[in-house]
Amino acid sequence: MKVSASDWLLLSPELFLTAAGLLILSISAFFDKAKEEFLAFLTLLFVGVAIGLVAFLSGYGGRGAPIFAGMFIVDNFAIFFKLLMLVSIVLTVLASIQFVGRAPYPAGDYYALLLFTGVGMLFMVSGNNLVSIYVALELMALSSYILAGYFKLEIKSTEAALKYFVLGAFSSGVLLYGLSLVYGIAGRMGLPDLAKLFESQAKSNLLVVGILLILAGLLFKIAAVPFHVWTPDVYEGSPTPVTAFFSVGPKLAAYAILARIFYVGFPKFHADWGLIIALVSAATMVFGNVAALLQTNVKRMLAYSSIAHAGYALMGVLGFRTEFGLWGILVYLLAYTFMNFGVFALVVFLETKGYAAESVADFNGLARRNMTAAVVMLVFLLSLAGIPPTAGFIGKYYLFTSAMKAGYAWLAVLAVLMSALSLFYYFRIAAAMFFSEAEGAPLKSSYALTAAVLICAAATVIVGVAPQPFVEMLRACVIKAP
Amino acid sequence: MHLMGIWIPILSIVTYIPLAGALAVVFFVPKERTGAIQAISTVIVLVDFVVSLPLWFLFERGRESYQFVEKLSWIPSLGVDYHFGIDGISLLLILLTTLMGIIAVACSYTAISTRQKEYYVLLLLLQTFMIGTFCSLDLFLFYVFWEVMLVPMYFLIGVWGSDRRLYAAIKFFLYTLAGSVLMLLGIIALYFYNTTGFLSYKGLGQPPTFSIEKLTAVAAGMPAELQIWLFFAFFFGFAIKVPMFPFHTWLPDAHTEAPTAGSVILAAILLKMGTYGFVRFSLPMFPDAINTGWVLSVVITLSIVGIVYGAMVTLVQKDMKRLIAYSSVSHLGFVMLGVFALNMAGLQGGILQMVNHGISTGALFLLVGMIYERRHTRMISEYGGLARQMPIYATYFLIMALSSMGLPILNGFIGEFTILQGAFAKNFWWAFSAATGIVLGPAYLLWLYQRVFFGEITNPANATLPDLTAREQLTLVPLVVLALWIGLYPKPMFDVLRVPSEKIVAAVGGRTLPSPALARKPAPERDPSLAVEASRP
Repeated sequence: MKVSASDWLLLSPELFLTAAGLLILSISAFFDKAKEEFLAFLTLLFVGVAIGLVAFLSGYGGRGAPIFAGMFIVDNFAIFFKLLMLVSIVLTVLASIQFVGRAPYPAGDYYALLLFTGVGMLFMVSGNNLVSIYVALELMALSSYILAGYFKLEIKSTEAALKYFVLGAFSSGVLLYGLSLVYGIAGRMGLPDLAKLFESQAKSNLLVVGILLILAGLLFKIAAVPFHVWTPDVYEGSPTPVTAFFSVGPKLAAYAILARIFYVGFPKFHADWGLIIALVSAATMVFGNVAALLQTNVKRMLAYSSIAHAGYALMGVLGFRTEFGLWGILVYLLAYTFMNFGVFALVVFLETKGYAAESVADFNGLARRNMTAAVVMLVFLLSLAGIPPTAGFIGKYYLFTSAMKAGYAWLAVLAVLMSALSLFYYFRIAAAMFFSEAEGAPLKSSYALTAAVLICAAATVIVGVAPQPFVEMLRACVIKAP
Repeated sequence: MHLMGIWIPILSIVTYIPLAGALAVVFFVPKERTGAIQAISTVIVLVDFVVSLPLWFLFERGRESYQFVEKLSWIPSLGVDYHFGIDGISLLLILLTTLMGIIAVACSYTAISTRQKEYYVLLLLLQTFMIGTFCSLDLFLFYVFWEVMLVPMYFLIGVWGSDRRLYAAIKFFLYTLAGSVLMLLGIIALYFYNTTGFLSYKGLGQPPTFSIEKLTAVAAGMPAELQIWLFFAFFFGFAIKVPMFPFHTWLPDAHTEAPTAGSVILAAILLKMGTYGFVRFSLPMFPDAINTGWVLSVVITLSIVGIVYGAMVTLVQKDMKRLIAYSSVSHLGFVMLGVFALNMAGLQGGILQMVNHGISTGALFLLVGMIYERRHTRMISEYGGLARQMPIYATYFLIMALSSMGLPILNGFIGEFTILQGAFAKNFWWAFSAATGIVLGPAYLLWLYQRVFFGEITNPANATLPDLTAREQLTLVPLVVLALWIGLYPKPMFDVLRVPSEKIVAAVGGRTLPSPALARKPAPERDPSLAVEASRP
């Protein structure tokens, strides 16, 4: 195996973040609780450097070819996801500072784990080989199990971690089994090699089982029906900034890798997995939306809402070999990251103010206590419901077009009706914020959290009103269909 | 528009003045200064109206193409343009909107006493979105305005409405949203048909565009069965907004629960979005679908059922606002009948009746709001003998009720007459069934009038009611003047509508005859269509 300096350079963000995580972990022992904020700023600094490195790589000529003997690839697709995931980590840190500061647990572990999860995600979207993908996915998953249980003395947090771990480990097993079946048949692991091999080979039943198992393992990560059952409990029990992170970061990685494995690895069998994904997508959006209608707990409602959004996003995976296919999912994920994180960030805001933010009623009268927070929340809710002119509308527009274009008109009809239905539960929160006459003292937010929320809100509005530069940039990030 | 050699984007200015006003109020006026907020809002809508007036005077009546056009590239990746422009149909509706904006603000000074800052901001935002919808010549842009318009209305109903406001607000939002997302799919399908194709349809391979003009031509060339699918995709969006018969159930709730200004705007403008959509999109885009027998039958049947059913339900209402709300179902059924008569008389009558309904029903809601402010009840049984105590109020109410029921010399008559003329030319039984609605109209309105205004004052609470103030009269006078103007001399309206209507009727393949009896133009001008007609056996 020949490894050039350029290979190391292309993986520098990952390597740097690994070192940063270890550094934070080791120096955190020297900080007492009162000074832990410094660790947060250090984390922000490190992630900022990593963003700089990725941004540098986006202009680097050596990108786009497989590196480390085909284990990884740093193409525009990967670079887009890396940037978005790093931004989601920045947002998570901003939303965590006050939250973690009050908790009686060491913050160093928290930030280090966040960075390790990030390393796993970054490696994952660059994965070009079944083994490297699997190892990266496990790194991400193991770190996130611990993050879910970070409030270790609280029953709910521990329960969330346990459930996440048991079900997650099981799904990893399923995924691994699928990978090994595919390896058994093909005798190779690299995605392009697999595609080349299957080009000339008829599919066997065993291969179909292998592909299905891989699909199942990945659908678990993005919480698609019927692999979604862990989501509400984990989202409810985890510390809220972690929930916010889970709802975007690891999901981004899972979508990316789902797209990459199936686009690059199994393009020939699209007719088979396409219909399955369409059915899963339909079931996911119906179940997610209907279940969300019945929730009174905000975190659970948002958990089901993010299940529903996983269903929409799967429509983008369908648009194989159409001009809107992967492009749609990229535009959508850009919008989703900011709007979904924003919603959870506002739940964090209420929690740090002593509200459990458990029931919708905790939002009562928010408009009177902090108008800006209420308006910003409204923007996120409108965006989630897909009302123009917000990023959510643009994202959904691309997904609907890719489903139509891919020939799944029935799915597009179902999706638009479901997204209209979703307004009903999103606007329960809007109604609570604006219609309730509840009085109370004004609420003020911490600077860090305000920054996180405003970044999300600005992105949601800007992508919605002036999408052109973003969609054009993303067009260049699509994996070229083989 | 050019003024002294400088190009002025007048449509954008008219559209965004209220938005600018709303932002100014948000950022520069503290919420305690309610007087200032009211004053600024009033000035804003007045200025907006004045700025919109030149549109009427500078509009070239005989020109086929859209006027005051503005075009900028917005999302070139998708072929979306920021494209504004108007024809006679949108001209009338824009002027109606800017006028109603003044009335909506002016009728709120005393009616709204809580959270005034938010209220006026929302009202101004709504104004921008409505005007934008009528100005848009790009389907994507149109859809953005069309949908975002729901948000301020939702809050107007939900925050300042009466008892069941929460239910009414979300019902309004969900119903209309469900319809519009189906329309969105129709738009996407149209877009692909023009470019690369979808499902089994091979695309035309043209550069991507959302231009309404271009897509209209493309849609009209589609195979009939695809046209039918798309017709119904758009149909749900528009029919719910109109609302047509089985989709109307959101309307009584929304109208009844909304604050007065909300009801006025809903009745006068928002309902017109639906009929405007039919006129602007459905008719010229899907002629083959519409001329398919069963499709037209479905639409006409629903319209006629709406007319008769709406009128009969109106008869039994006990709540004044609900009564007027249901009467809208009947009136809008008339508009739909006229539009789908597919001839000049029907279409022009239908469009004019949209304006008329805005004037008279808007005024009736305004009047009910005035009495509600005094007595805080809308139940008809609470009133009686008001004519003695409030003669001025009784007079305005009578004029507007007569206008709504279609009495000659007032506007309603012109619209209904022309619509019936068009319907009659198309099919005798359509006109016959619809005419029953005209009989029921006076029944419910006069009966309402009798119960509220005639007789002795039986309820002592009514004995001390003050009559209308000068401000209240001032909000009503323009509507009365308009009602009389259209009733006595509708020709200017028909002049504005003639060219775009001819274009639409020609596109949908209908007969350009008869032109409305009340707006006959000199014989030599009507030739091309006439020649075709005459040559038919």
